[in-house]
Amino acid sequence: MNGGTFRREFEVTGGDFYNAGRVSTEIKEILRQIGIAAPKIRRIAIAAYEAEMNIVMYARSGMVILQVTPEIVRLDVSDVGPGIENIELAMQEGYSTASEEMRALGFGAGMGLPNIKKNADRFEIRSEVGKGTTLEIEVNL
Amino acid sequence: MKLSEILQQLDAAVCTHPERADTEVTGGYCGDLLSDVIANAQAGQVWVTIQVHSNIVAVAALKDLAAVILANGRKPQEDTLRKAQEQNVTLLTSPMTSFELAGKIYTMIAHLDLGSGCR
Ligand SMILES: Nc1ncnc2c1ncn2[C@@H]1O[C@H](COP(=O)(O)OP(=O)(O)O)[C@@H](O)[C@H]1O
Ligand SMILES: [Mg+2]
Repeated sequence: MNGGTFRREFEVTGGDFYNAGRVSTEIKEILRQIGIAAPKIRRIAIAAYEAEMNIVMYARSGMVILQVTPEIVRLDVSDVGPGIENIELAMQEGYSTASEEMRALGFGAGMGLPNIKKNADRFEIRSEVGKGTTLEIEVNL
Repeated sequence: MKLSEILQQLDAAVCTHPERADTEVTGGYCGDLLSDVIANAQAGQVWVTIQVHSNIVAVAALKDLAAVILANGRKPQEDTLRKAQEQNVTLLTSPMTSFELAGKIYTMIAHLDLGSGCR
């Protein structure tokens, strides 16, 4: 990339379970083409998938911005949705407000946010109830 | 071990991409919680699950899994088949339970490891 920055935006639609996973799959493919090392791609793919799924499951609409520099891969995830009232609680492993239907499909393990944090070198989450949620995720290269 | 060798012993039917039967299998993972599988399955493994909806395809593709085996004779949904076809994911079904499948596959792979250790 000769020191430049790669940037790409993706839209995610809330409730669209059919296309869920498409954005993270595309991000993984882009990183592979750029030549990012496989162990880094694995970590980013986990974070991207969980972030994408949370928009699909809980928000109305959202966006993922992928940026790659020679130093980091960064995901900025933002959604328009109900927001998170208690972030500390939401970050706890096993905590989930997923519906019975979602759980029956294997969603709602309450591992999404904790796994994003685990796989990121830097992770920030902000949320405003009634407005939406934003995540900043960085993995150092 | 090749996927085809496992296939023969599992009474499994191939739903998509039979041409990928010579894919190398490095191990396996069992789970029906997608976040658990996304976090813990490793590239090259076969994934044994009872989930049949189309989101399993994205998980398998993201993790570069060798194949997804639907246990208990479960059949993939129509859109699951379509997506697996599109995204190059090998989908199998077997009448065995997850427990039986895991046991068989584990034994086959462990046996192989022992064998190579003695050579
Ligand atoms: N983008 C979001 N908008 C609203 N609520 C969210 C969002 N992301 C997560 N949450 C809340 O945080 C909880 C925990 O999220 P997570 O760790 O991903 O587990 P899960 O999605 O399996 O419930 C969710 O159940 C939900 O209540
Ligand atoms: Mg989640």
